[in-house]
Parts: sequence; structure tokens; C-alpha cells
Amino acid sequence: MHIERTAPPDLLGTLVEHDASRRRSAVLIKPSGRSLRLDGLSLGGYWELLYFLAWRDVKVRYKQMAIGAGWAIIQPLVTMMLFTLVFSGIANISTGGVPYPLFAYAALVPWTYFSLAMGRSSTSLVANATLLTKVYFPRLIIPLSAVISSLVDFAAAFLLLVAMMAWYRVMPGLQILAVPVFLGLSMLTALAVALWLSAICVKYRDVAVIVPFMVQVWMFASPVAYPVRLVPARWRLLYSLNPMAGVLEGFRWALLGSAAPNLKTLAASSAGVIVVLYGGLLYFRHTERGFADLV
Amino acid sequence: MSTHPIVVEDLSKRYTISAVKRRYDTLQDSVVASVRRVLSQEARGAQDRSFWALKGVSFRVDHGEVVALIGANGAGKSTLLKVLSRITEPTGGHAVIQGRVASLLEVGTGFQPELTGRENIFLSGAILGMRGAEINRKFDEIVEFSGVADFIDTPVKRYSSGMYVRLAFAVAAHLEPEIMFVDEILAVGDAAFQRKCLGKMKDAVTKGRTVLFVSHNMAAVLNLCPRAIWLHGGEIAADGPTDEVVNRYLHSLHELKGQRIADREDRRGNQAMRFVDFELRNAEGEQVGGVQSGEPVTFALRYDSDRDNLSNVYAGIAVHGTYDEKLFEMNTDLNGFRFKSLPREGTLLCTVPIVPLRPGSYSFNVFCSVSDEVADWVLNAGSIDVQPGDFFGSGKLPAADQGTFLVPHTWRLDGEAALSRSCGQVSQ
Repeated sequence: MHIERTAPPDLLGTLVEHDASRRRSAVLIKPSGRSLRLDGLSLGGYWELLYFLAWRDVKVRYKQMAIGAGWAIIQPLVTMMLFTLVFSGIANISTGGVPYPLFAYAALVPWTYFSLAMGRSSTSLVANATLLTKVYFPRLIIPLSAVISSLVDFAAAFLLLVAMMAWYRVMPGLQILAVPVFLGLSMLTALAVALWLSAICVKYRDVAVIVPFMVQVWMFASPVAYPVRLVPARWRLLYSLNPMAGVLEGFRWALLGSAAPNLKTLAASSAGVIVVLYGGLLYFRHTERGFADLV
Repeated sequence: MSTHPIVVEDLSKRYTISAVKRRYDTLQDSVVASVRRVLSQEARGAQDRSFWALKGVSFRVDHGEVVALIGANGAGKSTLLKVLSRITEPTGGHAVIQGRVASLLEVGTGFQPELTGRENIFLSGAILGMRGAEINRKFDEIVEFSGVADFIDTPVKRYSSGMYVRLAFAVAAHLEPEIMFVDEILAVGDAAFQRKCLGKMKDAVTKGRTVLFVSHNMAAVLNLCPRAIWLHGGEIAADGPTDEVVNRYLHSLHELKGQRIADREDRRGNQAMRFVDFELRNAEGEQVGGVQSGEPVTFALRYDSDRDNLSNVYAGIAVHGTYDEKLFEMNTDLNGFRFKSLPREGTLLCTVPIVPLRPGSYSFNVFCSVSDEVADWVLNAGSIDVQPGDFFGSGKLPAADQGTFLVPHTWRLDGEAALSRSCGQVSQ
């Protein structure tokens, strides 16, 4: 027996207008076996959901806080003061003419973004367990929204950076246009690592413990508090493969006119990020089928 | 290609028990668990047991068909909806879904307590699959339907649970899918809310949506769905017209639960006296599978004991409804007496002259104490399948959502003789 659809015309209109992508397409549900595939990666009709989830993250993060988004500034600001005291005041690190507070803060802004984005993203699937078990959408949206929503913290901290540059009368050149490129690289790096960690965290909550520790070690392996020049030459190549080294140097170059990052090592570390990201996507896609059962 | 919006072929889902639901909420838990995991590595293989939540399930649903999924807890109903909603992957077989899907597996999916009602409408709408423009268009309608307009800018954590559920349902009710998967949403909220849910479900039916509906509320199932699929142990036990399938299901419940009180391990008390069996008997004392509204029924509870003499015995039966809410209790104290002494084995009879319940499936607990010490207490010891009966002598029964109890009554104008017969006469 076949019954024609008898939806009112306005409903049909709605469906055609707003839901062309999700409508009428037959969905085949079957076990995906052991194959590693990246198909179905496109977010299709789910871009809006990505937006809403990122918006929710921001809203919820600063709800019922006295200082709210001010914390996004206070964190790197206080770290900058500590660094100034220890590395400039006591260790007397040379920064090549740039005032140390500005030198440190220009790297702390992208670094803080990276560590927040990676940390939030890594635990995002677990934090959204109730969604994973109750409704379908491409799971990739969840870690992605954490990386995107952390941009709000970045923007707040960046405003203070601009103010500090004005205070120290540092005028950036045209290379400031490269800032989005370096920001993009830090987003990709955070996502690449978080894709692995978030998927592992669904099964092993140990990840939540490891991440803060990892962030700490990684920070000292990156030129946040000190310039790359201080790294012994024989370690320099290995050191530069850390993509965040390129990002931080890139920020200082674009904003403060410090030495330009080495393009070769930057290209090599970017390629490394792409490999980790691709592997992360494969791993994520491979494990996401089990998220709802494990989380 | 088939034109059916839902085609399910030989669908199976296996869970490994050790992998099911393990939560490490604290650091300590996770460290302890990971150490244990490492230490017990070789023992793990042996402990990993798997079970089939779904086994070779096949069916098709036509356009505009409304199908109920019924069965006991753990029969695979929710798993089936989760697989069809693409939340979890099947282990074998396949399914093809054609059309825009909305899954309502809980009320308030995606609600965030910190956010206001307004914000949650957008968030939950987006999560359930609505577009931003669509939510904007329907926003006023949703607020009005929810009845929480005055609090729309208050964080929902300050809402009463009733308000919360109403707002959440209002969002879900404004989805316009072609296919709906609905899991037991009728089990939450108060009676008024449940009525509203039922109303919206009926709307969905009249609009020609294809609906797959899980419920334990047999009244709602009979009322809404012409067709029912009964899942038992992950397999389809019956698929066909709802009244037939529901009847077979209720009978099986009686058989399963009624025969096995003796085998139940989950009982409390000192076991000085144990319930071992249960049956329902009609007025003639014959065993029956179900009872009819308005008819007499006798609960026969067989017991045994390892004592020669049981003194000062109290016994009770508590009847529960569809949502496991307690409906009423029958016990010896209410009758103003106790069994002064009972033999080693025997059968206690509790007779109800007129069954005052609407048709449906009810469950009951049994309880006894010997010399004021709890001897046996079995929850959900059995079920009572109440069939429609001519309780009022008028051939009529109240509708499914008009309460649980039937009460004998008459109507007349003051000063005149009764117009309607007093009910309950039929059986006396």
C-alpha cells in the first residue's frame, strides 16, 4: 500500500527551501567493517549546528562569572608578568631589542589559545556524552566547535596585545597580514592533536589527566618565554619541527618585527601537522562508530 | 529500490559487556581502573562476554504508517531506535531510511541548564535538526505552546521540572520530519503533559508521518498505532495488528513472570517463608491468564518454608501501574487480621470481588512477614493483564487517558428514581 504524502504546501515549501541537502537522500545503515575511509567527512547541512554548538560553548563558559571573558585576558597577562619576573628580571634573557613583557605576551596569546583549544577539544566528546548517545550528527562537529569557540578567548587576549603594542609604540609592518595564517596553523595543530586525544578519551579517561601535563611540557619545548636563538644550533632543526615554534615565531615576526621564522622548517612542520591531522581524521572516523557505546 | 521509507534487513547489534557503560568520573577512579586493566590483562579475554541486543531483525514500514515497538526492558527496542537513528552502528545486516528523520530519544536533548529558555530553544532546535531560519519562524509558536513565556529569558536551571519538560517538548513538537523515532517520551512528566504528548503524536499521525514509537504504555500503543512489533530478546516475536500483538505480549508477560517467583534471586527478607508461585483464578477457582474489568479475581500465592510452623504471618500484595507508580495495596492488616499459624507449604488466596482497573497491564509486588520479621519481599513478582470487561454494565469504558480506576456509580435527578443501573451488579 502506498500513501501519497499529504503535507500542507507550506511544509513542502519549507522542506525544499531549507532542507534540500538532507531530504530525500536514502541513508544506508550498515556495519562499516575494518575499512579506513574518509568519505562522509563533509559537514553538509550541519554547519549551522557547528555554529550553535560553538556559540553554546562560549555562552556557557562565561555564564555566572563575575569577570567573564576577562579571564581570557587575565590568564596570559599573569603568566606574562611571572615570565617577566623570572626570565627577564632573574635570568636576564635577551630578546633582541623587544621589551620583554611584549615579547612574552605576543607568544602567550597564540600559545594560550592553542592550549585551551587543544585541552577543551580533547575532552569535548566526553563532555558531550549525552548528545552522543541521543542524537545523530557528524561527530567531528564536537571537537571542531571547541577549537572554534576558543577563538573568542583569543580575540579578547589579542585586544590587550594591541593595547600593549600601542603603549610600547611598536608599529607592525605589512607582515601583520600573516597573523591569520599563523593563527590558522595553530588551529590545525590543536585540532590534529585533539582528534586523536578526544577519540581516545572516549575509551580512556586518562587523556583528561595527560593533557594539562602535555601542555606544560610542550610549552617549555616552544619559544614562549625565550627566543629560538637560545636553542643550541644542533638541536635547532629538531626543535623547529614543533609546529608551535613556527607559530610563535611567526606571531613575533608579524607583530613585533622580530626575526622571520625559517620557511623551510615552517613548511616541514606544517606538513607534519597535515599528516597528523589526516591520521587523526582517519582514526576519528574509524572509532566514532563506537562512541555512543563507549562514552 | 524500495519505496518504503524504512527498510530493515537482518539487522543485528552485539554489545561486549565489559565495554558497556563504564564511567571514570574522578582521577582516582581512572588511575585505579587503568592499573586494574593492566594487571588483569590476561583475565580480560575470559571476562569479555557479549550479548546480542538485536538479532536478525527485519521489517518494512510504509509511508504514513505508525508502528509501535513493544517488549520488556532490555528486549532491544531502544537499541533498534539508536541504530536506525545512526547513533550507534549495527554489527550485521543493514537498514535503509528515506526521508528527513527526527529522533526523540529523550525529552530535552541538548538542553543546557545554564542557558535561558530562549537560548535553549535555538540550541535544542539545531541539535534536533532544525535550521536557524526555521527556528526563528516558529519561535513564537514554540514559546506559546510551552506556556513558559514569562520565564523565557531565565536560565532553565531555575525552571521547575514541569516547565523544563514543557519547553523541551515544545521544541520537539515543532519538528517537521517525514520519519519520527520516538522513545518512551510519554513516561516523563505529569498527566497533563502526557496528554499533550499523546495529542501531538496523534497530530503527527494525521499529518501522514511515518512513526516508529517505543512505549510501555499499552493504552497509548493501542490508541495510536494500528501496527505493533514485539521485540523479545533482540528478535521479533510478533509483527502485526496492534491488538493481537499486544495481547500475545501481555500473555507472555504473565507466563514469564507468573511461573518463576521461586527462581527469583533478587528478593529480600530472612526467607523464613518464601513465595514460590502465583496464579490468577476466576470465580470458579480455575486458573486464568488474564482478568476482566468488573469481574472477580483471586490471587493465589503459593509459598513454602523450612519451618514446621509459621506464626503471626502478615501478607500483602501491592499493585503498580504502567509507570511503576503504586496504585493500591491489599494486605492482611487492612483486613484486620493475621494468619495465626500456617503450615509448611500452602497457598494464600486474596480475592477481589470486582476488578476496578482499566484494561492494561499491571504489575505487583508480594510481601510477607513472619512473627514481625520480614520474611520475603519480591518486587515485580508478576503481572496482571486486565482485559476490557463490561464494568459499568453499559458496554462502555473510559478512554485510555481518563485515569486508571473504575468506580461504581449512579446518576439521577434528586427526587426521581435512578436512571442508570448501578454497576458491578453484573458479577454479583
